Amino acid sequence: MDERSPDPPTRRLVLLAAAGIGVSRLVRPAAATPAAMEEAIRALVGEATVEHGKVKLELPPIVENGNTVPLTVTVDSPMNEADHVSGIHIFNEKNPQPYIASFDLGPRAGKAVVSTRVRLADSQQVVAIARLSDGSFWSDSADIVVTLAACAEG
Amino acid sequence: MARVLINLPARAKRGEIIEIKTLIAHPMETGYRVGPTGAAIPRDIINRFLCTYNGEEVFRAELFPAIAANPFIAFFTVATESGEIAFSWTDDHKETQTEVRQITVE
Repeated sequence: MDERSPDPPTRRLVLLAAAGIGVSRLVRPAAATPAAMEEAIRALVGEATVEHGKVKLELPPIVENGNTVPLTVTVDSPMNEADHVSGIHIFNEKNPQPYIASFDLGPRAGKAVVSTRVRLADSQQVVAIARLSDGSFWSDSADIVVTLAACAEG
Repeated sequence: MARVLINLPARAKRGEIIEIKTLIAHPMETGYRVGPTGAAIPRDIINRFLCTYNGEEVFRAELFPAIAANPFIAFFTVATESGEIAFSWTDDHKETQTEVRQITVE
């Protein structure tokens, strides 16, 4: 091995670095990650543990257009004064923000079923968490493949 | 005023669980898109939805930019008595649009 100092930056390296800066400035300011979703869920549930079950998150397994994806959350609950679902929260991994929607309901709902249409920026996992009147949290997740991502034109 | 579609039964039996489907025309601009000049298009979404049954809150939603344009929300409620079911949508400019539908419970 010779003892030469590392090569001085070549013209090519300088150009690459400049291109890198250009690209990084074009990237959108915020992008949720699985860690960001984890954090958002933690902020909702606090120290409580989130159990699997009771909740059913229905999403198509594959969609062509991420701009309108039908989504239904069903929670198995008698929905009476003593035992009901008080909230349903939906999170995602890869949109710019980890939040999708939060719904507040109560015994007047009769059935803990909510449907909406969402935007998904990429193939990813979506998580639904239900908060029950006894303070427990239950969840379900679904993986979805998105062919044409929402906000692709932006 | 934005166009609104609300679907709920006009009459129901007492105690029946009815489905309510709502849709409002709104672009739900995320704030992450860039316009033709390269400037970011400012965020403009409906962030709150509220449903009251004879003045009592039965359902509420907090929406984020991840909700598709023309937000569609479907949910259930128990038909307890005849009266008014009111729906209101609030956007980022704090403007609220309210629609009222009648229901007859027998």
